[in-house]
Amino acid sequence: MSLDEGERAYLDHAATTVLRPAARDAFLEASAVRGNPSSVHASGRRARGVLDESLARIASLLEVPRSWLIMTSGGTEADNLAIRAVALGARQKDPVRTAVAVAATDHPAVLATARSLVVGDPGITVRELPVDHQGALRAPAVAEALADGAVGVVSAALVNNETGALQDLAAVAAVAREHGTLVHTDAVQAAGHVPLPSWDDVDLMSLSGHKLGAPVGVGVLVARPGVPFAAFSTGGGQQRGVRSGTLDAAHTAAFAAALGEALAEREEQSARLRELAGKLRAGIREIDPQARFTLAEDTPQSGHIVHVVFPGADSDSLLFLLDERGVDSAAGSACSAGVTQASPVLAAMGITDQQARGALRLSLGWNSTEHDLEILLAALPESLTRARAVGALMG
Amino acid sequence: MKVLAAMSGGVDSAVAAARAAEAGHEVVGVHMALSKNRDQTRTGSRGCCTVEDASDARRAADRIGIPYYVWDLSDDFHDLVVEDFLSEYAAGRTPNPCVRCNERIKFASLMERATLLGFDAVCTGHYASIRTDGPGGAASLHRSRNMAKDQSYVLAVMGPEAVGRSLFPLGEYETKAEVRAEARSRGLGVSTKPDSYDICFVADGDTRGFLERHLGEAPGEMLDDQGKVLGTHRGTHGFTIGQRKGLGIQQPAPDGAPRYVVDIDPGTRQVVIGAGELLSTRELLATDVVSFEPLEVGRRVDAQIRAHGEATPAEILETPETGGGLRVRLSTPIRGVAPGQTLVLYDGDRVLSAATLERRR
Repeated sequence: MSLDEGERAYLDHAATTVLRPAARDAFLEASAVRGNPSSVHASGRRARGVLDESLARIASLLEVPRSWLIMTSGGTEADNLAIRAVALGARQKDPVRTAVAVAATDHPAVLATARSLVVGDPGITVRELPVDHQGALRAPAVAEALADGAVGVVSAALVNNETGALQDLAAVAAVAREHGTLVHTDAVQAAGHVPLPSWDDVDLMSLSGHKLGAPVGVGVLVARPGVPFAAFSTGGGQQRGVRSGTLDAAHTAAFAAALGEALAEREEQSARLRELAGKLRAGIREIDPQARFTLAEDTPQSGHIVHVVFPGADSDSLLFLLDERGVDSAAGSACSAGVTQASPVLAAMGITDQQARGALRLSLGWNSTEHDLEILLAALPESLTRARAVGALMG
Repeated sequence: MKVLAAMSGGVDSAVAAARAAEAGHEVVGVHMALSKNRDQTRTGSRGCCTVEDASDARRAADRIGIPYYVWDLSDDFHDLVVEDFLSEYAAGRTPNPCVRCNERIKFASLMERATLLGFDAVCTGHYASIRTDGPGGAASLHRSRNMAKDQSYVLAVMGPEAVGRSLFPLGEYETKAEVRAEARSRGLGVSTKPDSYDICFVADGDTRGFLERHLGEAPGEMLDDQGKVLGTHRGTHGFTIGQRKGLGIQQPAPDGAPRYVVDIDPGTRQVVIGAGELLSTRELLATDVVSFEPLEVGRRVDAQIRAHGEATPAEILETPETGGGLRVRLSTPIRGVAPGQTLVLYDGDRVLSAATLERRR
């Protein structure tokens, strides 16, 4: 509490990573430009120019034509578009496409959106795809879910936001192709950490700015041409008429800058963070031999997330004690009131609520250092002892 | 000291936390989530348990400049307060859930957890005073200076040990207006919120409906005090001793006088209706006694059986040490004594003891 930011270990990059100076500069520069990019006058043209420059850069970084980009307010909106608008659009185009399939471990932006479709339209069904104990989709279940050709779009996150598990999208895509099903991936946690999927395998991909080092409030849905969208956000008809609303030059510029750095540094950063994660695991193991790592070391994963369960410890208390000792970390998913709730991701992996007690997610990012690990490892022993005492009290 | 300030989102707990911080303590604000399914916005006069309340508490903590957390105590609250409330009503008793919450959640679950996490004390916005007038200078619990807001009655059950680890900064305020003024001057944006009076987990304020939903119907007979059947009812949990309204009896009393619930027998599911005089009692028997100091037979005390009631002079007839429970004789009879209610004994403004009333014999 008395520590200033510099002395703290920020180990929650998977929630929001640290703003990259390049993104901040790009934001400030573009935000000073006057005019609406859709206006025809000189100021408007200038604003459009700044915006187009950023869009062109994003498209080139993602190796897609500019027309594939639909800028959004973030990953959640991109996921909403991909699930809601595409599921309904696919059915409009082909009435037999009455289902969506989503990985049981997907982010609520995907899962809750899919489930809400059913509430709004009883003609739609949702198929939740089971995963194994390491979070990988079960191939036979994917094949079965897509077999009847009713699924318009199948969605699976490339990297899971809680565990860091990496999904084999090529395998999903192979099945989807056979049945004419579109493939969406939420790559929000993947970008900058693992190679992005091949456009041979996916039709839609969501990215979020604040996981890359851009500000909160910007994301993108990358969609192949020909992907059918039902009207989602109506208005001035911007962005293929799919997502109306004045485009935000400043956020888009910041996104382009952050994405540029994240992708350029990916290999080097990824190797560095994997090494740090390895040290983190070793350090934790030394302090607490009982600690269980949710993903085995040889499970395909992003490398920036270490998800660990300390049996018998109370997660809320552990977060509190670590926070007090200068460590920012996370447990399960937090609802709007800040209450930690049992994780549906772990449940889908066959980990019971009881077994998931004492869960801690430590996530690294572009400016993580060995010093961050030292702060955590110094704080952990006493925090664990106390969090276990609370865990014992709560039974 | 390292102090955990329980923050409901209301004005009282916010001002209490601010006072504790100002007194130089290292304060951390904690909002207790007591329900898994929380309304997004507050409705009516309710003052806890919504996401909006949690957000008000967070804003207050920011203004005070203290860290803030939400702790999920909903399982404990459900098991130890809500279930207790239901089973007590099912047993024909009249529980006070706020007393249970203080006894089992705030000054038990929360306090134990706080202690394990390194806190020395828990601070709340209750209106009561803590002094050191207990045996050998031990912490003692007193009525607040603001008698209209005094909450020593609902706190007494926490016992002397917990009082020694508590801070009630609002006990020294004369009026609620002073507290509101202080909240305003500190920029705590909660000073216009209404006080909460109802049972926080009965969302719509309809306690009878809540009990019926959870306990179902268990019909039984309504009798007069001579044993004559007057009608039927849907469940004893719809009644409390001393209740006058909503009895659902068609024929008036022969003498035309108002009639009250004078006894409830959950075993036979009979509800006995009778004249007001039958409610009067001079002797109280209570068990589950929590004492702040040794009680002696013959000691003159003041007895209180309701949160918003007056204390009545009384004499101790029997203590747990000398008999089966705590028995007191009142100087003047009081009405509406119901089993399950809390009996608190005072010596002047100092709490001596808390206990649970048993069925009259």
